[in-house]
Amino acid sequence: MKFLQSFKLALQSILKSKMRAFLTMLGIIIGVGAVTVIVGLGNGMQNYITASFESMGTNLVQVNIQGRGASRTVSVDDMYALVDANPELLSYVSPMVGISGTVKIGSENIKTTSVSGVSEDYAKIASSELTDGRFIQYVDVLRRQPVCVVGSYISKNFYSGNAVGETLKVSGTAFTIVGVLKEDSNSEKGGSDDIIYIPYSLAAKMSWTGTISSFVFSGSDSETVDKAVTTIKESLYKVYKSYDYFSVVSMSEMLDSLMTMVNVMVIVLGAIAAISLLVGGIGIMNIMLVSVTERTREIGIRKSLGAKQKDILGQFVIEAATTSALGGIIGILFGALLCAVGTSIISSLTQEAITVAPSFTAVLGAFSVSVAIGIIFGYLPARKAARLNPIDALRYD
Amino acid sequence: MTPLIEFKDVFKIYNMGDNVVRAVDGISIQIEKGEFVAIVGQSGSGKSTCMNIIGCLDVPTQGQYMLAGKDVGTLNDNKLAEIRNKMLGFIFQQYNLLPKLTVLENVEVSLLYGNVPKGERIDRAKKALDRVGLTDKLEHTPSQLSGGQQQRVSIARALAGSPSVILADEPTGALDSKTGRDVLALLQELNREGNTIVLITHDNSIAATAQRIIRLADGKVVYDGPSGGKGAVVHAEDEEAVSQ
Repeated sequence: MKFLQSFKLALQSILKSKMRAFLTMLGIIIGVGAVTVIVGLGNGMQNYITASFESMGTNLVQVNIQGRGASRTVSVDDMYALVDANPELLSYVSPMVGISGTVKIGSENIKTTSVSGVSEDYAKIASSELTDGRFIQYVDVLRRQPVCVVGSYISKNFYSGNAVGETLKVSGTAFTIVGVLKEDSNSEKGGSDDIIYIPYSLAAKMSWTGTISSFVFSGSDSETVDKAVTTIKESLYKVYKSYDYFSVVSMSEMLDSLMTMVNVMVIVLGAIAAISLLVGGIGIMNIMLVSVTERTREIGIRKSLGAKQKDILGQFVIEAATTSALGGIIGILFGALLCAVGTSIISSLTQEAITVAPSFTAVLGAFSVSVAIGIIFGYLPARKAARLNPIDALRYD
Repeated sequence: MTPLIEFKDVFKIYNMGDNVVRAVDGISIQIEKGEFVAIVGQSGSGKSTCMNIIGCLDVPTQGQYMLAGKDVGTLNDNKLAEIRNKMLGFIFQQYNLLPKLTVLENVEVSLLYGNVPKGERIDRAKKALDRVGLTDKLEHTPSQLSGGQQQRVSIARALAGSPSVILADEPTGALDSKTGRDVLALLQELNREGNTIVLITHDNSIAATAQRIIRLADGKVVYDGPSGGKGAVVHAEDEEAVSQ
């Protein structure tokens, strides 16, 4: 009953001086708004990263070998043997050879395209599908045939969708296009559709590396990926007698570490934004102290009518909490607006579809924090009010 | 029968640096249930301090204040608040209504602090407002009422809690003489209906409304007797002579 009464009184006094109430809430509004946007941005990035990893497949394992000179090396055949020896854990392997040369189509140089040397199994590992032609085959690898498979961006932009049979040049070597990959992400420049695959044997020859140091495995099941990682590590350890010369990372591990990075970023930025909540709380305390002085007579009247200390304390704490809760609600709406603006800015600047949207728990958390701030910072002024001497308070003008 | 209000050699002493002010200097009085008593005195006579003590807003430095047989001087803040709520009704010179609340809500406030359930609270508040003749003003705010009406709201507020004592502190001080007379007439009526009323005033003509006058000077009782008694007037004249 008294709670409802106090709540009603609080709303009345907020409505009576809207400007003052708004200025009091401003710190809370900005703080809650900023936290909402930052959490929303973090969520958007995590969703985006997760989605792009899932399109690649989370049961992939990436192996990089730094090696220790020529004395101990691992050959491509060793890797194939590893897959054959562990069919319950591993399904396919493909070497990965990156080519840093320029791609030339007709007379045009293209710098955004990534060129990789892969095996005939790579299509299955990366779950790539073809819309036209065929993928690289074993015989291409064996004979170092100058053939390539291109992404949908290249096919659409340079060959109007009819790329098969045409030729392009990579670092001066002419390649015949034998297949076109299905569109993965809107056929954007520099994206996952702006790619060229060539046989890894030819790629190794072109890049003068001789030995191949990167491999991609696909695990047979996403549940057993961790076990597959261990198996690969153990077999490489037998060769190098140390874990320092190679790295074996599953996509889910990479995803986890990226998620951790995003989380840390959100926490750091959120903590900075939360300082504004603290400042907002002090603003509320300041106004509540003024309000207690202004309403000294009211407090005296209430005490003469039998209000106990806890009644007065409750009234002022509820008023502070109502003010900051209202600020919190406005802040959440403000944050939601900023999120919508942020989403459209990101999509217009980067062509990436990152949806900035805070989670329900984040919104609920922001609201609870703002109420808590009201209670904490309202307590001191409220206690001052509760302890006023009724005789002095009644005489106060 | 125990008196409703009993002061047993009550002192209220303030230490202001080197100055010791004896606001109440050894007062012993008794007020029975159903009486209408005026406590009269010039400013500085100690009547306000007396009222604060009777009203449980203050406690004596020395001596005992028994309210309905209970020693109030030993109670803590919360207990005093409870006694103010259940046993005392205040009427102030400045009405002291809460400006943001309606007339009905103002009368409900003390019942709210007494945890009276909603239905009963509204009933009792309406009944009290009916008693002072303001049934048609329930939803008005105090600023929409005249001074006399506001004072009647505060009387209704005091009545609603069915207190043992109604304490009126210069209830006519802010009113014109006609409205003031109406308010005093209302207090007399309430007294006839069985309410105990303690009126605090500096004005002898107002004090004459009461059946009994307790005159204070310098923190001491100088006259205690019927309002028609000779002493009431004699002392009043003395005082006026002194103050002139």
